[in-house]
Amino acid sequence: MSLREGPFGDIRPPLRWVALGALVVAAAVALALFLGDHRQSSRTSPYAAPRGAIERAIAPVNSILSVPFRWIGAAFDWVGDYIMAGSQNHELRVELIRARIWRDEAMRLQLENARLRALMGVRTDPPIPMVLGRTILDARGPFSNARLADVGASRGVTEGNPVLSEHGLVGRVVGVAPNVSRILLLSDVESRTPVLLPRTNGRAILAGDGGPNPTLSFLRAHDSLREGDRVLTSGDGGVFPRGLPVGSVVRGFDGAWRVSLDADAAPIDWVQILFFEDFSQLSSPEALAPKVLPSTATASPSPPMPSVPVTSAVTNNAAKR
Amino acid sequence: MTSLTVRPLNPVFWIGIPIVLCAIASLVFALPFSLFGLRLPEPVFAFAPAFAWAIIRPSVLPPFGLLLLGLFTDILWGGPIGLWPLCLMSVYAPVLLGRAFLSGLGFWGLWSWYLAVSGVAMVIGWVLVSLQAGVAPNLIGFGCQFLVTGALFPFGFRLIEQYEDADVRFR
Repeated sequence: MSLREGPFGDIRPPLRWVALGALVVAAAVALALFLGDHRQSSRTSPYAAPRGAIERAIAPVNSILSVPFRWIGAAFDWVGDYIMAGSQNHELRVELIRARIWRDEAMRLQLENARLRALMGVRTDPPIPMVLGRTILDARGPFSNARLADVGASRGVTEGNPVLSEHGLVGRVVGVAPNVSRILLLSDVESRTPVLLPRTNGRAILAGDGGPNPTLSFLRAHDSLREGDRVLTSGDGGVFPRGLPVGSVVRGFDGAWRVSLDADAAPIDWVQILFFEDFSQLSSPEALAPKVLPSTATASPSPPMPSVPVTSAVTNNAAKR
Repeated sequence: MTSLTVRPLNPVFWIGIPIVLCAIASLVFALPFSLFGLRLPEPVFAFAPAFAWAIIRPSVLPPFGLLLLGLFTDILWGGPIGLWPLCLMSVYAPVLLGRAFLSGLGFWGLWSWYLAVSGVAMVIGWVLVSLQAGVAPNLIGFGCQFLVTGALFPFGFRLIEQYEDADVRFR
């Protein structure tokens, strides 16, 4: 028996109310999904599997779609370069003269640095292996700044790996599928990066807000900053290795100290994903683990009272004197 | 005696095709493409059908269509899951409630209302993200996305014009 033939067959609720009921159900589902999401890490997100599956499906589509756009972009770049060749030539000549001076200075400092390192026995950080990938999708709205790269777990990429362009730090991997990985950019609202200001050795947290210039928060001294100060990763917390270039300090419209990201100097087409998880991978865990543990024996908390023979010996000695 | 025959709207045409078109447009605009240093804008394409569907006719299907489209947008852009479905429903709900008033307005009147409900929906998104991330999203980026999304109204109006009179029961 169909529903229309039953006792409720004559009941016809207004379609507007039915539509509103459907809206309430759909909104409740969306709200529950929103409250359950943790975007920082797919390890803790309950939606990692469906997200990864859809990203895997999107990746080849966007790879194909992006090909004509890349050609168009390259063609326009070529035309732009051709038009600007004269003025660029002049700028490059000036830059070359400056660069030669810096080259000589850099060579001198490199030699001095090597000699001092040898004298002090300083060990440099071991090189971190990396893999090259191409970005195939770019989200740049105020609520999310993320990219998809066409390399994933099959090439060894894992969650938390730092991502660099040829200019500087881009972000870190927050989701991995076999052939694709999602990169959370430094400018995303959920991105927090411990940074170092080498001029003052100051520390801060670089907090993204969806705009092009993330803010510097938790600064110890606001007056100690200057526009143009370099910003590097501090390595605090072990998320990023120390010393990766991030950008330079600028004063925002709102008066807050912000960072002009080095990675924005050119379009982020190719990225290098560093196989860095934490500092423990930079040294052998076996070497760090001691072979023989030191003795745990400790002194007795209350020394025992001298026994009778010792007391008598002391007494005898005193009598002999 | 002649009886009035009602030809109901086929959901494939007024709901299915706009969903597919919005998904394709979002994919294309998410390409990492830049021209003379300028990148493609990132409008929320789904706002146009969310507005139009509520005016065309009340139905059970559009809220679930918006849920689907919003989830796709969340996954595509890597945002928090559930954010864009809530924003899209924030566009749909007030228009559905005020449908009797809005369906009599012309192009410019509807565009004004589209901008108003889109603005409210994006502010809801801004508040939700602020609460979840603990950081207020950048207002300049917010404004840019609102402007390019507001410019999509002609597509929504085209959808309204195409299907508003298709089902005589909801004129």
